[in-house]
Amino acid sequence: MISFVTGRLAQSIIVMLTVGLIAFAMFRFVGDPINNMVGQDTTVEQREQLRESLGLNDPFYEQYLRFAWNALRGEFGQSYFHRRPVSELLVERLPATLELSLVGAGLALLLGVPAGVYTALNRNGIFSNLIMSGSLLGVSIPTFLIGIILILIFGVIWRVLPTFGRGEVIDLGWWTTGFLTVSGLKSLILPSITLALFQLTLIMRLVRAEMLEVLRTDFIKFAKARGILTRSIHFSHALKNSLVPVITITGLQLGSIIAFAIITETVFQWPGMGLLFIQAVLEVDIPVMAAYLVVIGFVFVFINLVVDILYFVVDPRLRADRAASGGH
Amino acid sequence: MSTNTEQTYEAAAKERSGFSDVLRRFLDSDLWFSFRNSPVAIVATTVSIIIVFAAVFAPWLSPTNPFDLAQFDLLDSEIPPVWMADGDPRFLLGTDDQGRDIFSTILYGSRISLLVGFSSVVFAMAIGIPLGLISGYYGGHVDAIIMRIADIQLSFPAILIAFLIDGVARGVLPREVHDEMALYVLVFAIGISGWVQYARTVRGSTMVEKNKEYVQAARVIGIRRGTILMRHILPNVLGPVLVIATIHLALAIITEATLSFLGVGVPVTSPSLGTLIRVGYDFLFSGVWWITIMPGVALIILVLAINLVGDWLRDALNPKLR
Amino acid sequence: MALLDIKNIRVDFPTRRGVFTAVENVTLSVNPGEILGCVGESGAGKSTIGNTVIGLLEPPGRMSEGEIDLDGKRIDNLPYEAIRKIRGRRIGMIFQDPLTSLNPLQTIERQLVETITTHLPLNESEARQKAVDLLARVGIPEPDIRIGQYPHQFSGGMRQRVVIALALCADPEVIIADEPTTALDVSIQAQILDLMRELCRERQVGMIIITHDMGVIADITDRVAVMYHGKVVEEGPTKKILGNPDHPYTQSLISAVPRPDVRLKRFPLVEYIESAGQARKELDIANHWLGKARDFEAMDGPLLTLEKLHMRFVTRNAILPRDRRYLDAVKDVSFDIKQGEVFGLVGESGSGKSTVARMIAGLYKPTGGNIFFAGGELTALRTEREKDRYRRQMQMIFQDPYSSLNPRMRVLDIVAEPIRFHNLADDRKETETIVLDLLEHVGLGAAAAVKYPHEFSGGQRQRISIARALATRPRFLICDEPTSALDVSIQAQILNLLKDLQQELGLTMMFISHDLPVIRQMCDRVGVMRHGQLCEVAETEELFENPQHEYSKHLLDLMPKLDVLSHEGLEVEEAQ
Repeated sequence: MISFVTGRLAQSIIVMLTVGLIAFAMFRFVGDPINNMVGQDTTVEQREQLRESLGLNDPFYEQYLRFAWNALRGEFGQSYFHRRPVSELLVERLPATLELSLVGAGLALLLGVPAGVYTALNRNGIFSNLIMSGSLLGVSIPTFLIGIILILIFGVIWRVLPTFGRGEVIDLGWWTTGFLTVSGLKSLILPSITLALFQLTLIMRLVRAEMLEVLRTDFIKFAKARGILTRSIHFSHALKNSLVPVITITGLQLGSIIAFAIITETVFQWPGMGLLFIQAVLEVDIPVMAAYLVVIGFVFVFINLVVDILYFVVDPRLRADRAASGGH
Repeated sequence: MSTNTEQTYEAAAKERSGFSDVLRRFLDSDLWFSFRNSPVAIVATTVSIIIVFAAVFAPWLSPTNPFDLAQFDLLDSEIPPVWMADGDPRFLLGTDDQGRDIFSTILYGSRISLLVGFSSVVFAMAIGIPLGLISGYYGGHVDAIIMRIADIQLSFPAILIAFLIDGVARGVLPREVHDEMALYVLVFAIGISGWVQYARTVRGSTMVEKNKEYVQAARVIGIRRGTILMRHILPNVLGPVLVIATIHLALAIITEATLSFLGVGVPVTSPSLGTLIRVGYDFLFSGVWWITIMPGVALIILVLAINLVGDWLRDALNPKLR
Repeated sequence: MALLDIKNIRVDFPTRRGVFTAVENVTLSVNPGEILGCVGESGAGKSTIGNTVIGLLEPPGRMSEGEIDLDGKRIDNLPYEAIRKIRGRRIGMIFQDPLTSLNPLQTIERQLVETITTHLPLNESEARQKAVDLLARVGIPEPDIRIGQYPHQFSGGMRQRVVIALALCADPEVIIADEPTTALDVSIQAQILDLMRELCRERQVGMIIITHDMGVIADITDRVAVMYHGKVVEEGPTKKILGNPDHPYTQSLISAVPRPDVRLKRFPLVEYIESAGQARKELDIANHWLGKARDFEAMDGPLLTLEKLHMRFVTRNAILPRDRRYLDAVKDVSFDIKQGEVFGLVGESGSGKSTVARMIAGLYKPTGGNIFFAGGELTALRTEREKDRYRRQMQMIFQDPYSSLNPRMRVLDIVAEPIRFHNLADDRKETETIVLDLLEHVGLGAAAAVKYPHEFSGGQRQRISIARALATRPRFLICDEPTSALDVSIQAQILNLLKDLQQELGLTMMFISHDLPVIRQMCDRVGVMRHGQLCEVAETEELFENPQHEYSKHLLDLMPKLDVLSHEGLEVEEAQ
């Protein structure tokens, strides 16, 4: 068990370093940092001085280590566009994205998993077929379009819900929350549904497919042949055995909610990290892009690590037979 | 005795030769049977074909050419679709703020959307299938490396990867070059973000086929490994690829639309459906909803049709469900 | 009135091409303490009967006629809950593969206790005690400890014992066992069968054993029903049916079973089952393509010599050599094969016999030792070109007819591939002629050339494989379990074909099997393998009459006693 965790940890660190390297390469080599920081009438000498003082003439690995060390401490330099420290911007925007992502992920899981189980167990019911058709539609509408349609219906035609911004937020230390105000909560509704819908349908279809697969196996047949209660067959046997692959993919999907937040935040003008990132891409604001990459990379690596460990905990075959976990 | 059987062989050979045989085998197959009996599949495939046809032949089918400045007039701007009160039969789905016919812009926009979609899928296949074959057949270190890279890439959502590549390209290339190359960059970005699925599936199938006895028999005969890979294994692993490609096509179109909507996709000079939606979004709040919703509906229909075909294909080609 | 009465049932499967009747007009019964065998080849419908009795028929199959009674009361038309209560409590079922029958994520204890508490009014600890006692009864050592383990921690034979325990734990009156020993090693099979017979007598349970294996029938059944195409063609006491069958199908089936006690000249033709294939014409070998211009030189001495052959696989790779794990699949194997002889290699699964074959054929590179073939040293060859010369002289036939042909190639191309690769024909026309001729020669007929593999049955596919193997006019043929995956009657036909070809073409053959009676029929000399090592090499008759090595004696003991089987119509080969 220990060696498994350390192995995975080692792999995670390597991935983080690679991500860091890519971010650093972007940071250092895309465009000229000096040009972006100073005005046009700075002399060549002054630029050289600045270059020296910022350590831009040092060897590659030195600069990289410096970058990595700074990154670990949360320092990413200054945004070209906003002319403020990137770390400040990130901290400002982080709560918005996190709250939105959490609610979105929560919705996707709480609705997706039961829907998947239901449609697997009641394959031919009318309600099941409706849900399945709906899910196909859900997978076919891009997230931004869902947002637009929701805005059209609930914001323009029936003016019942707010369609941009977070509403009123309350400061709790460095965190700002929208959970504690009515307008904050109302503002959360449309964006979180938009964010959740795509993931919801994916999770639902996945759970359904896995359960149907498990229900076809021999051990389920044998359990039926022993007269086990149907309820037990469906839940203790089939559902539990489906969870193993579902956990992996669900974990990855939830991670990608943070990426999809970019889209949602743009449509609803939600002041989160995603909107920051898009603006950075459009303005070629490299420090922000690099920082976003590192932060997101960390989140994903973390999620993957947790998923791998969960997988290990849930499946006894992996515990006893370490030879099998070749990683693929 | 031998003349009799030779005749039988010749007769059989004649009966079985050429295209008519391929057609006969297809019509007799489970696939066609499943298609004939699935109204959904028939409708979805028909719709898809119509849309593709309309997009390809847009310049001939379109009532106006939205790129031709002479063909539209500011006085015609913001006319609602034909079934509404102020509608105009000249503009079936209404006009935008510049007076362009929306039906025409949708036709041209679909063209770009489909072009980028198809190209990305082909690109992803061109990378993924060979890598999967090599990985599955030769195994060892090569396999380990390729799969590690695949695993790592899979832990990041495809759209983020597409974003990043696009963003970096923007930063690296000077503005004019970037605009010219934007379509290629986009295809590259979406393609790169999608090769892993193909590689993994092909690798899995290759590993299964590799251990089958007909491959061993070919080795015993002396056939070289490369020939075995191309002649024996490749044709037998392409089945599932078709299903993946269909679903990937839908995903690629959505990804392109998303990127274009956010402003980091196709250049403004060749607008796709996503661009059209973005342009129309600003007018949503003033009640002029059709500029953004019409292209939106077109996009949904296109992607839905492709997804339905992909769904049906997956069930039809799945041997376990027969 | 019997314990279980199956009365005149009919089971239909609607398919897109019409209704398929899997079982028709079947009437069977079982009494307490009695074992009824249900034997037939694949597709006969025997598994369908088992599934129908316990109500687990795969939709869209349904029982359209007849009635099933348990203890006088009808059970086939009960609502779902009522049937569920019968399953496990009154009728238990055992399936073929113990690995897939058990839930891999639950302990044995969990699975046993749940079954017991579902049906019997016991609490958790009482149920656990009952489970432990039962595990002890079925022969699991240290049951108190092992009950807490997971299925993957048990070996194959142990797993099947657990499955038997699970089927019995709610004390049913009837047990249906569907191919209970087919997935197990020969040495385990006998033990499991003995266990089942004991339990049946002890608990006075009525048992139905569904199988294709005549040995199982002869071993433990009291009565047997013979099935063919969904109907019962004959039924009665086992001794009578096997020793003196009335129905022609049963007679053909029995005569096709390879005997452990005598060597036959040929298997009698089993015409009732499948047409014997197209009549094969007489060959003038010297002038026929197959005999002419075979481009190998005559030689003295043995055709194949193996010297201290060794094969080591890496089962677990690691960065540090000391962490790696190895498996020595073949250790220090040496023997030779004389020209024109049929050499058999026999052993259980994991003995290394297939690995040896693959090393000779060039599919694996030996980690040690030498292979001498046709005057050259195979292990010393480096380039593919050099190897090609020997490849022409040596070909192989494989076990699984369903994976040994490329499903996307026409038969013509499959058989022509070796001819084209080695440039054995001058042009396309000649290649075609040769292929058509080969197909006729193996009994398929020339018209088969335009078809695809999926249009043929298992036995026919093996004929295609044989045609492909003969296409290079080899002098040496390796047969790796060529009939293990085939029905008994088809096996007889294919073995006849191989015997005929061997005599006609003077082929040297290496015949690999785990089935001793088959070895006795086919081979002149035999090598016995165990755990990668060669235990004994002897003339076939010597080995069977007078085995020297302990393990050989052990294997011979495990052979099913088929003395009860009728010897009608068998031509015994005279001793040489």
